[in-house]
Amino acid sequence: MADLSTDFLGIESPNPFWLASAPPTDKEYNVRRAFDAGWGGVVWKTLGAEGPPVVNVNGPRYGAIYGADRRLLGLNNIELITDRPLQVNLDEMARVKKDFPDRALIASIMVPCEEAAWREILPRVEDTGADGIELNFGCPHGMSERGMGSAVGQVPEYIQMVTEWCKEYGKLPVIVKLTPNITDIRYPARAANAGGADAVSLINTISSITSVNLDTFSPEPSIDGKGSHGGYCGPAVKPIALNMVAEIARDPETKGLPISGIGGINTWRDAAEYIALGCGTVQVCTAAMTYGFKIIDEMTAGLARWMDEAGHETLADFQGRAVPNVTDWQYLNLNYIAKARIDQAACIKCGRCYAACEDTSHQAISMSSDRVFEVIDEECVACNLCVDVCPVEDCITMVELQPGEVDPRTGKTVKKEYANWTTHPNNPGAQAAE
Amino acid sequence: MGNSVFTPGVVSGRLPADELRQNFADLHPPLEAHEAAVAADRCYFCYDAPCITACPTAIDIPLFIRQIQSGQPEAAAKTILDQNILGGMCARVCPTETLCEEACVREAAEGKPVEIGRLQRFATDAMMEEAHPFTRAAETGKRIAVVGAGPAGLACAHRLAMHGHSVVMFDARPKPGGLNEYGIASYKTVGGFAQKEVAWLLQIGGIEMRYESVLGADGLTLESLTGEYDAVFLGVGLGGVNSLRAAGEDRDGVLDAVSFIADLRQVGDLEGLPVGRNVVVIGGGMTAVDAAVQSKLLGAETVTIVYRRDRDRMSASRFEQDLAASKGVRIITHAQPLAVHDAEEGNEVEFEYTEEDGGALKPTGEKFRLPADQVFKAIGQALDGVPDGLELTGGKIAVTGAGRTSLRKVWAGGDCASGGDDLTVTAVAEGRDAAEDIHQTLMS
Ligand SMILES: Cc1cc2nc3c(=O)[nH]c(=O)nc-3n(C[C@H](O)[C@H](O)[C@H](O)COP(=O)(O)OP(=O)(O)OC[C@H]3O[C@@H](n4cnc5c(N)ncnc54)[C@H](O)[C@@H]3O)c2cc1C
Ligand SMILES: Cc1cc2nc3c(=O)[nH]c(=O)nc-3n(C[C@H](O)[C@H](O)[C@H](O)COP(=O)(O)O)c2cc1C
Ligand code: SF4
Repeated sequence: MADLSTDFLGIESPNPFWLASAPPTDKEYNVRRAFDAGWGGVVWKTLGAEGPPVVNVNGPRYGAIYGADRRLLGLNNIELITDRPLQVNLDEMARVKKDFPDRALIASIMVPCEEAAWREILPRVEDTGADGIELNFGCPHGMSERGMGSAVGQVPEYIQMVTEWCKEYGKLPVIVKLTPNITDIRYPARAANAGGADAVSLINTISSITSVNLDTFSPEPSIDGKGSHGGYCGPAVKPIALNMVAEIARDPETKGLPISGIGGINTWRDAAEYIALGCGTVQVCTAAMTYGFKIIDEMTAGLARWMDEAGHETLADFQGRAVPNVTDWQYLNLNYIAKARIDQAACIKCGRCYAACEDTSHQAISMSSDRVFEVIDEECVACNLCVDVCPVEDCITMVELQPGEVDPRTGKTVKKEYANWTTHPNNPGAQAAE
Repeated sequence: MGNSVFTPGVVSGRLPADELRQNFADLHPPLEAHEAAVAADRCYFCYDAPCITACPTAIDIPLFIRQIQSGQPEAAAKTILDQNILGGMCARVCPTETLCEEACVREAAEGKPVEIGRLQRFATDAMMEEAHPFTRAAETGKRIAVVGAGPAGLACAHRLAMHGHSVVMFDARPKPGGLNEYGIASYKTVGGFAQKEVAWLLQIGGIEMRYESVLGADGLTLESLTGEYDAVFLGVGLGGVNSLRAAGEDRDGVLDAVSFIADLRQVGDLEGLPVGRNVVVIGGGMTAVDAAVQSKLLGAETVTIVYRRDRDRMSASRFEQDLAASKGVRIITHAQPLAVHDAEEGNEVEFEYTEEDGGALKPTGEKFRLPADQVFKAIGQALDGVPDGLELTGGKIAVTGAGRTSLRKVWAGGDCASGGDDLTVTAVAEGRDAAEDIHQTLMS
């Protein structure tokens, strides 16, 4: 049986599944239920500075994007950090940590960008027995207008500065949570690294408006006829988050910096993909908010089963295995040539591949009067659109042409050698092949 | 003590009112909005979709389903009604399992087609509450007589009215709808839908209705019509019934299935409708199934359909046959009636088994008898009282192209005309196409 135990920055947890800082981790009651259910760790709902807590709106905080059967695909929120007094949270954290010593308990913190504020809060957090801190530089709404959250996360110098304060005045491992609302995720990650961060976690939510109400012309969620951008998360954001994780994992400046992966993790498989891209733990929010804590059973059992089947005994056995395969476009092998193939026995004759290719692509699929669809190799550029729109799994596949075969589209013989754009004759900046 | 399933003879009130109400409720209940969204999402929006080809009225099914998906069932209804003005009735009565849904690629893929019929009903039901979506073109001054206010006649009249012609409809019965009103099984068209739909259809304007006007009686002849009108459309259906040609056919208790069904459709109170304890239905089509199932639902103890060939040859679809079986109707195949005899209680029908010998039926000599308080004949309808001068083929009015008969100025469509299956949707298609042809002819 695969071993799911995790050591992330010296913080141990029985499995890599942590609950991200959000409503599921907002108070003792929730966190106890989460730990009872089997979650490996939690990042407590973000704490603010001492003083009157923030207030939330009193109307809807969430908006959603649905699939047909109201399957939740994306969630948007305008919630702020915890709206409960700091000391209440700290007392609860201490009690929970005492009762669950084997679980990871991380304190998420967002206080004003002033040295004193950080200096004040760090020892109080340490007194709870928390295993680490996460700096919330990500929240895109409400807090950013007050100069916190993503307002800090979008300025690499601030990230570095605050990280340095936390390393200087605190003893706990520092995880810097990054905002995706930035053009190039490598800059904030480098800044965190330069400031001495022990790890980064990403992504926080993406600035978004879920929809516009066509009766009231208010953005949703609507508060008394007005809406404000919120943060987008859930299954829809996973591809964006995976790319950002990969960018950091392969950037020479941050290579090896531990990462906690967040964004749209819904099943064990999503988690495995994050880990393959280098993450040491994963954090989940929307999936838990949609289905409740019990999904942890599927996640842990699924990951363990897959690891057993694939022959991975520990997470380290496959952690980061996908990173070397992430490259830049210009290094992709242009001598790799494929053609679409339609399995006639599996085809149900819907004609979607035909409509897609004929109307929007390369006119590379023929249709007979009795609805037989066939690929025209002379035209097929192997774009994969037909595969993507075919409703039958594995009915259309991409088949690689072998070296020595002739590509009927170009009339050229397929070469065995790897060749990319950097040496391609059409590239004005091409260097001669070595 | 009231009557029960076991009361001998032909009596009413075999089942309590509650049970009757349940028995005759919607066969396919309407979809709720959320169910419709989920059902619509299963449509693949096929290229040149096979379901469109399979629909006799060629409704753009993927388009209307996408319109349901995007939250506009009324727009979906308009797409349907553009092709099939009785799309609401068709959604309820079409044997979709042999039409659009049989062609659905998801039927091929997983044996579970998109629920086109129920989605069509979802869309058209939404439209029934709305203003009539079609308007008339400018008055052309042309007047057209439409005989028969069944699906064929109604579709023809509506299309003609849309093109600006004035239509006068004649029907022998006191109510419009044809078999929609007098034939289709009750549980397919609950809540008086046939009349609601006709009333909605007539909102187009330009159609005058003359009920209890029989072509061939009281001076109403094809000649007088062709004299008075610019064109005539005949959609008179099949009013006659084929006979059994078995001894004792004239005995009490031997009835036409279609009249039994018509009575059933018209009776206000099902508790007052008598049905036999033992019922035998002879035939293999939709009429046989409907008579048998509804007898059972009324409380008959035993109901048996007897058909002379094998099940695959029955014109009732497999779905209809299974429906009958699920209601407790027994289906005996390969047997034909010889005679109806007097029995101690009611009648007894004597049958002989048959064998098929290269298409021809051969009696085997083996015989059996079934007790029958009621015997329903459902071995096909026939054209009744055809006006003189019309050429016939296969017992129907011969037509070519879009319903052109052998007489200039006379078109025909629906069950009474040659070609096409005897289905509501086919009648609609033929009525509509004849209207277009009449319009072209009159305006050129
Ligand atoms: C019991 C039964 C069940 C059926 N179930 C289904 C089903 O579930 N699904 C399906 O698709 N189809 C079904 N059908 C077939 C379907 O009802 C017919 O195909 C369809 O109604 C034909 O339409 P029509 O307009 O040609 O004729 P009809 O509906 O028969 O209408 C003809 C009209 O003409 C009138 N008429 C007749 N003679 C004269 C005259 N001399 N003068 C004036 N008016 C006249 C009649 O009163 C009637 O109103 C069923 C048929 C029967 C009998
Ligand atoms: C309602 C809600 C409140 C959140 N509050 C916080 C927060 O206080 N601090 C924080 O760092 N992230 C917060 N997040 C972001 C989540 O921790 C997480 O980064 C994001 O939802 C992406 O993960 P997911 O796709 O699994 O939901 C919040 C998310 C949601 C939905
Ligand atoms: S009219 Fe009948 S056959 Fe045509 S799409 Fe509707 S249900 Fe299917």
